[in-house]
Amino acid sequence: MPLSVHLFIKADTLFVRLSGELDHHTSFQLRERINSLMDKYEIRNMIFNFKNLSFMDSSGIGVILGRYNQVKRNKGILIVCELNSMIEKIIKVSGLYKILVITKDEEQASNYLGVA
Amino acid sequence: MKQKRDNYAEIIFDAISENEAFARIIVAGFIMPLDPTIDQLNELKTIVSEAVTNCIIHGYENRGGKIKLTLESYHNEVTITVVDYGKGIEDLNRAKELFYTSKPEEERSGMGLTIMEIFSDEFHIHSKMGEGTIIKIKKNLDYTKEKYA
Ligand SMILES: Nc1ncnc2c1ncn2[C@@H]1O[C@H](COP(=O)(O)OP(=O)(O)O)[C@@H](O)[C@H]1O
Ligand SMILES: [Mg+2]
Repeated sequence: MPLSVHLFIKADTLFVRLSGELDHHTSFQLRERINSLMDKYEIRNMIFNFKNLSFMDSSGIGVILGRYNQVKRNKGILIVCELNSMIEKIIKVSGLYKILVITKDEEQASNYLGVA
Repeated sequence: MKQKRDNYAEIIFDAISENEAFARIIVAGFIMPLDPTIDQLNELKTIVSEAVTNCIIHGYENRGGKIKLTLESYHNEVTITVVDYGKGIEDLNRAKELFYTSKPEEERSGMGLTIMEIFSDEFHIHSKMGEGTIIKIKKNLDYTKEKYA
């Protein structure tokens, strides 16, 4: 299953909805799609929604860490939500728990940032 | 418990990133008769995905080559071997460190080998400079079921 990426911007927050499989092969399109929006718009925060993501390995962690470093430069916040048990396990190993905000769903994430 | 028949498969494929998903599908298909839990299935898919990705980007440095994937099941234990004939690993202890990557500029997280080790019951790695790398993992599907029950 390939990766499909749905992006939209609300205020200064980029919403990233993923479905399918995020691995090394599909990570390039995700990185490029996000970066091209970052170049065009004032984006401060990002919300990643993994609800329909059926697979992610450490290449996905690499992409998230890369985006985290980007938003951190503008003092923004990166939120991930809708983690299934498998993605949660990998995020635990990565230590991303310590630097990212994790919420249950997009609504909670929006409330956290005040873009609801 | 019903005795599962032993099984063996090997496949050689190109070291191109399209084959990361292909390798995951092969593993999923191979272990289906063993009735894995969803977690066991995902863990084995992740292990193979990490190993094949490493062959492509580290072993062959994105220049292509061949990867050999071998799958064996004996009773309820699965053994998976992933082999490349690429550059090899100079310092195995450093490579195995969590977060160590030789390619930080490519946004690698340095977690692949650690994940393979955590998700398997046995993890072995052999490498020789200029000859390639062999990853071998074992996972007992019954044992893990009991462990999480
Ligand atoms: N098949 C391989 N061939 C050569 N080097 C490898 C191979 N697998 C792993 N390595 C080395 O081990 C390091 C750690 O691998 P890993 O934990 O998967 O992290 P990452 O892939 O994110 O760099 C790699 O950066 C690389 O230097
Ligand atoms: Mg790796």
